[in-house]
Amino acid sequence: MLNWLYLHFRAFVLALKRLGKQPFGTLLSALVMGIALALPAGGYVLLDNVSALARGVSGAPEISIFLNNDVDFAQIEAVRRNLENVPHLADFRFVSRDEALKQLEESGLGDVLGGIPANPLPDAFIVTLQSDDPELFEVLKAEMKDWPDVAHVQLDSAWVKRLAALLELARTMMLALSVLLGFALVIVTFNTVRLQILTQKNEIEVSRLLGATDRFIRRPFYWFGGLQGVLGGLIALGAVWGGIEALREPVAKVAEAYGVMISLSGPDWRESLALVGIAAALGWLGTAI
Amino acid sequence: MIIFDSVTKNYPGGYVALDGINLEIAPGEMVVLSGHSGAGKSTLLKLIPAFERPSSGIVQINGQNVSSLSRRAIPYVRRNIGVVLQETRLLFDRSISDNILLPLVINGHPPGEAGRRVSAALERVGLAGREKEFPAGLSGGEQQRVAIARAFVNRPSILIADEPTAHLDPAYASEIAGLFGSFNEAGVTVLVATHDISLFRYWSPRQIILDHGRILTEQ
Repeated sequence: MLNWLYLHFRAFVLALKRLGKQPFGTLLSALVMGIALALPAGGYVLLDNVSALARGVSGAPEISIFLNNDVDFAQIEAVRRNLENVPHLADFRFVSRDEALKQLEESGLGDVLGGIPANPLPDAFIVTLQSDDPELFEVLKAEMKDWPDVAHVQLDSAWVKRLAALLELARTMMLALSVLLGFALVIVTFNTVRLQILTQKNEIEVSRLLGATDRFIRRPFYWFGGLQGVLGGLIALGAVWGGIEALREPVAKVAEAYGVMISLSGPDWRESLALVGIAAALGWLGTAI
Repeated sequence: MIIFDSVTKNYPGGYVALDGINLEIAPGEMVVLSGHSGAGKSTLLKLIPAFERPSSGIVQINGQNVSSLSRRAIPYVRRNIGVVLQETRLLFDRSISDNILLPLVINGHPPGEAGRRVSAALERVGLAGREKEFPAGLSGGEQQRVAIARAFVNRPSILIADEPTAHLDPAYASEIAGLFGSFNEAGVTVLVATHDISLFRYWSPRQIILDHGRILTEQ
């Protein structure tokens, strides 16, 4: 076991020396790997941020029941009684038209009502359900629409669902891109290692003459591919973080203009480790073929 | 014991390098192979560590048929055979000690013991204290001595050398021949292919003269 570790240590040092002997070539290969990895990695980080934003904005899916403009207290109470009889209901609250106007003004969008003398907003009930089953939402929406004095029923979760579907699509596309670029990286490593083998031809032949096994000869090349992958992974990580830092301020400015709080976040340590690990594994795989 | 039993080696194009060779070499024996260029000396030596395989016949090393060994088993046979070639095949980007260390690393010797063996090998070939130098800075004779040190540092029971004194001036050639003689005196089976038998005469080796792939005479 100790000897096996020693042989790996020697192979590791040899691979490091070979990488160091051609700093320009090593840097170029690592850059190719880094850029190719940064694309899907950056895409995933972006999707994570958009997902988090969607979660933060939407909260739990809600149904908004907007009442007619001329409803009185008794009619509002009638709707409340109807709501109390709805099964699967988690909670509901009444938002008066005055309260709605106040909320609109607080959000900074009060200017849009600037030219209108009277409050145009309706009284409303905001309903949350115990379930997030889309079909149940649709059934309840259809039922509530037919209640007396109800002008309009809106599923607030609809756009979140559409966004989630889009994100899922984007994730699938990103996965396809990752597989494609991963395959390209394996080929890049394979080609680099093939050139290395040509460079080290004499050493390989001498080692064979002296009784080296295939495993002994391949070991430094595996380390070479793996280390190149690690370098590529670190470059990709740097590119992703660099991109996030570059986007942080412009995104914050856009978000502020819309009255939303957005804070971009980069990959955490687990994701960073996974990125470097995957890069090393791709480098190793490129050597194995 | 090295046994060649009806060994024939043909190359593509119909060239017959060895033609029905029968030969037995006892442990600890010193054999000098000679003959004109293309007589089959190098081919015969190459069959021992399975650098090449016979077209027919059997090559046995210490009871093991090396001509039918699997590709995976061959490296382990080679570790017990020291090889010196006309071209030294040294690694010029590595120091002298790293060159000599290589077979020990391949054989899995612990670093401490390997270091001691390298020092002893360098002393044996008269290059003690020059561990850190690189082969490019050595003369042809010194390079050949490093190659010899690399061949015996693993303490093989068999040492084969193909024209180890070619391209060396007479003084260096005598030194190299002397090294092989001393290994044989230490009990190592030595086979040397050479054009200059006189260099090895002092050790009264068994002389085999090859001609067109056959054993012409044996003394």
